[in-house]
Amino acid sequence: MPIKVESLCYTYNPGTPFARTALEDINLEINDGEFVGIIGETGSGKSTLIQHFNGLLRPTRGRVLVDGVDIWQKDVRLKDIRQKVGLVFQYPEHQLFEETVFADVAFGPRNMGLDEDEIGMRVRRALEMVGLDFEAVKARSPFELSGGEMRRVAIAGVLAMEPSVLVLDEPVSGLDPRGRDELLEELTRLHRKFEYTVVLVSHSMEDVARLAKRLVVMHRGRVVADGPVREVFRMTDLLRETGLGVPQVTELMHELARRGKDVRTDILTVEEAKVELLRLLRGEGRVR
Amino acid sequence: MEEMIRAENLVYEYGPVGDGRHAALRGISLAIMPGEFVAIIGHNGSGKSTLAKHFNALLVPTSGTVKVKGMKTSDPRNLWKIRQTVGMVFQNPDNQIVATTVEEDVAFGPENLGVPPAEIRRRVREALECVDMVEYMRHAPHLLSGGQKQRVAIAGVVAMRPECIVLDEPTAMLDPSGRREVMRTITRLNREEGITVVLITHFMNEAVQADRVIVMEGGRIVLDGSPRKVFGQVDTLRALHLDVPQVTELAYELNREGAELPPDILTVEEFADAIIGVSDRGVNDRSHKTEEGRARTADACGTTARGRGRSGQADCHGRAAAASCGGG
Amino acid sequence: MFGNITIGQYIPGDSLVHRLDPRVKIFITLVVITVLFLVHTMAGYGLVLLFILGAMLLAHLPVKFVLRGVRPLLFILVLTFGLHLFMNEGRVLFRLGPLVATYEGAFRGFAMSMRLVLLVLATSILTLSTSPIELTDGIENILSPTRALGVPAHELAMMMTIALRFIPTLLEETDKIMKAQMARGADFQTGNVLQKAKSLVPLLVPLFVSAFRRADELAMAMEARCYRGGQGRTRMKQLHVGAKDVLAAIGSTAALIAVAVYL
Repeated sequence: MPIKVESLCYTYNPGTPFARTALEDINLEINDGEFVGIIGETGSGKSTLIQHFNGLLRPTRGRVLVDGVDIWQKDVRLKDIRQKVGLVFQYPEHQLFEETVFADVAFGPRNMGLDEDEIGMRVRRALEMVGLDFEAVKARSPFELSGGEMRRVAIAGVLAMEPSVLVLDEPVSGLDPRGRDELLEELTRLHRKFEYTVVLVSHSMEDVARLAKRLVVMHRGRVVADGPVREVFRMTDLLRETGLGVPQVTELMHELARRGKDVRTDILTVEEAKVELLRLLRGEGRVR
Repeated sequence: MEEMIRAENLVYEYGPVGDGRHAALRGISLAIMPGEFVAIIGHNGSGKSTLAKHFNALLVPTSGTVKVKGMKTSDPRNLWKIRQTVGMVFQNPDNQIVATTVEEDVAFGPENLGVPPAEIRRRVREALECVDMVEYMRHAPHLLSGGQKQRVAIAGVVAMRPECIVLDEPTAMLDPSGRREVMRTITRLNREEGITVVLITHFMNEAVQADRVIVMEGGRIVLDGSPRKVFGQVDTLRALHLDVPQVTELAYELNREGAELPPDILTVEEFADAIIGVSDRGVNDRSHKTEEGRARTADACGTTARGRGRSGQADCHGRAAAASCGGG
Repeated sequence: MFGNITIGQYIPGDSLVHRLDPRVKIFITLVVITVLFLVHTMAGYGLVLLFILGAMLLAHLPVKFVLRGVRPLLFILVLTFGLHLFMNEGRVLFRLGPLVATYEGAFRGFAMSMRLVLLVLATSILTLSTSPIELTDGIENILSPTRALGVPAHELAMMMTIALRFIPTLLEETDKIMKAQMARGADFQTGNVLQKAKSLVPLLVPLFVSAFRRADELAMAMEARCYRGGQGRTRMKQLHVGAKDVLAAIGSTAALIAVAVYL
């Protein structure tokens, strides 16, 4: 289910004194099985962009193709597109409304017109996918769960529609370190085990560095970089200009290289840095 | 020197009396001195926000005492004096801005205190200068960025001329540059205006900028000391599932393989120095060295660290600048 | 989604109209409204319209934008006009089955619609050229003599301020929750009235939950900033009526009364 965006422009409140251009000439392609990170500051247009992926916003100019089909053609049902491209908003727990966890997760499948058996199966599967115990939570009120659990339920609500692309807007913001790590692990598992195409919108370079394989950098409504994570992280000046910066270990490797040490600078995680520095220290005879 | 805040055997329970009663704080004792910059870290549910709300009498202890400059928070007569002395900034910037323009919002606190109009105007201007938001004076708050909103919220507290500001996860909902803006503002208030700061945060790169870090878990204090001392305990922090600055973690990992790096590294500069082998420079020099590197490392995302030993505290609280803003 | 609501929005500016004391502006708006109910001739409506257009130009407001605020009223306007057209007796204009349209009806219908349009335009100019906070201050000030009678002027004004402050935030939130539910296949557009009402549950429940949470946090933040009601409270901005305010009030009132008396 590839998504393709062609010369996309979007303006909020066109023709009023409050008109504001949010996206300018975006060209982008998301292919099957990819794990793409979209990074940029608040106001860079990343949230506006992903709302075009499932037809929540209509381009002012340009086209959005899902599976090769222009989603704004007359005969396309947007409901189908929204089922195929699952979109999880920032703070998704704010959309919970049902009396029980089961009913809330079932909202999407029910809107698809599925029968009760199928709905029940999907709810169970979706809750298990996000690491929740179906029997334990199904009858509870979503409002009495912890923040992290509420968020999982909300994500399950989208997964239950069984989309083939999963788009998440800042899925870990506001979680504490433990909640964040657990959720990011679940996402990696979803991607690996169920072969979901995942688009992760984030402003945390550490999280993106850990998970995504490809990185799209947005700045002031434009795509300013797009490529494999390592290559994008090499553009430290650009990243700094966009207000993002790089992980501390990447910064460290650049600093060591600047001071004349022969080390790789395309390091993204603590684990990689450890391997590289051990190589260096062994070479200098400081570690056996 | 009189203590700014003192808590003794503070216990806080909530919920119906009987079985349904939960203890959020289980016996906290601590003292915060004037001019200190204290960071409190811990998980959601560890009790850190509950503790913070005791510092300006938004909550009062079930048992034990909390005193602000000697005033007991449980005595209703002290309420307004305490809240004027200890200001509070909350997590969600949207839910603490009352008025429809920036200047009106900053004026809200002084208006409540009954300050004369001309004096309010002066304080609003000074407070906005303090957080670098003067040019947004007449803007509507909902059109500002998260970082800007949070700075307005801080200005709203500064205009009340507090001696201490408690910030409850002020950066949790912000993006990296918003976080940097807020942290710059907080450190400036602490160093230049001498305002005591209590910062509650999930972000370790923010905690390392403090003089002192308190780690909470299950309603108790489990670690309390300088950032170097606290973050040096990588094992304990990992067991608590808390983050450690990436370079501290890296040094810890390398030392396990037999490298002999200092265990209390907090910044990129310090780490680079240790690798390059600046043996002639000695440990004492390190804090000065990091000041130079700061401009650069401050731009690194997420895990930026800023090395500052407690030895540097004395000259950080020069009150000379206090006259310009907030210090009265 | 909510971009075309004009009432309640404020366009910042520095025009003569913007600088007038809010109490004076409220007063003049009230006079305009009163006069609208007193005049009965085409010329009268025409002159009031001219007055309003003049104020719009003086306030440097984009005319097209202001006029667009009338659009949501279109249905009511058509209905009003239709009802009057067919419900009056007099000279026959045309017949439509059993319905009889009259000249008198057409005139009354037009007059009523005109009244509505002018009413909306006049209040739009007030809100577009006066910041919400000035408006609230003005109302609080006008009401303050009634405090002795037990009218909670300060509380009312504070409620209005907070409402105004949170309208944009809640609109944004509504938009977001609506989209989030649409992403789960919710449909807010189609279906009969009952289905439509039912489809609002997934929108309204989260909205209420969030509004209560916000109210809770805001109350705590206000308390932390020493808020304890209107007593002992001072204001940064003191309202001040100057020469231009007096002139504007007298001039407008005189002109409008003249229109009401002679037309």
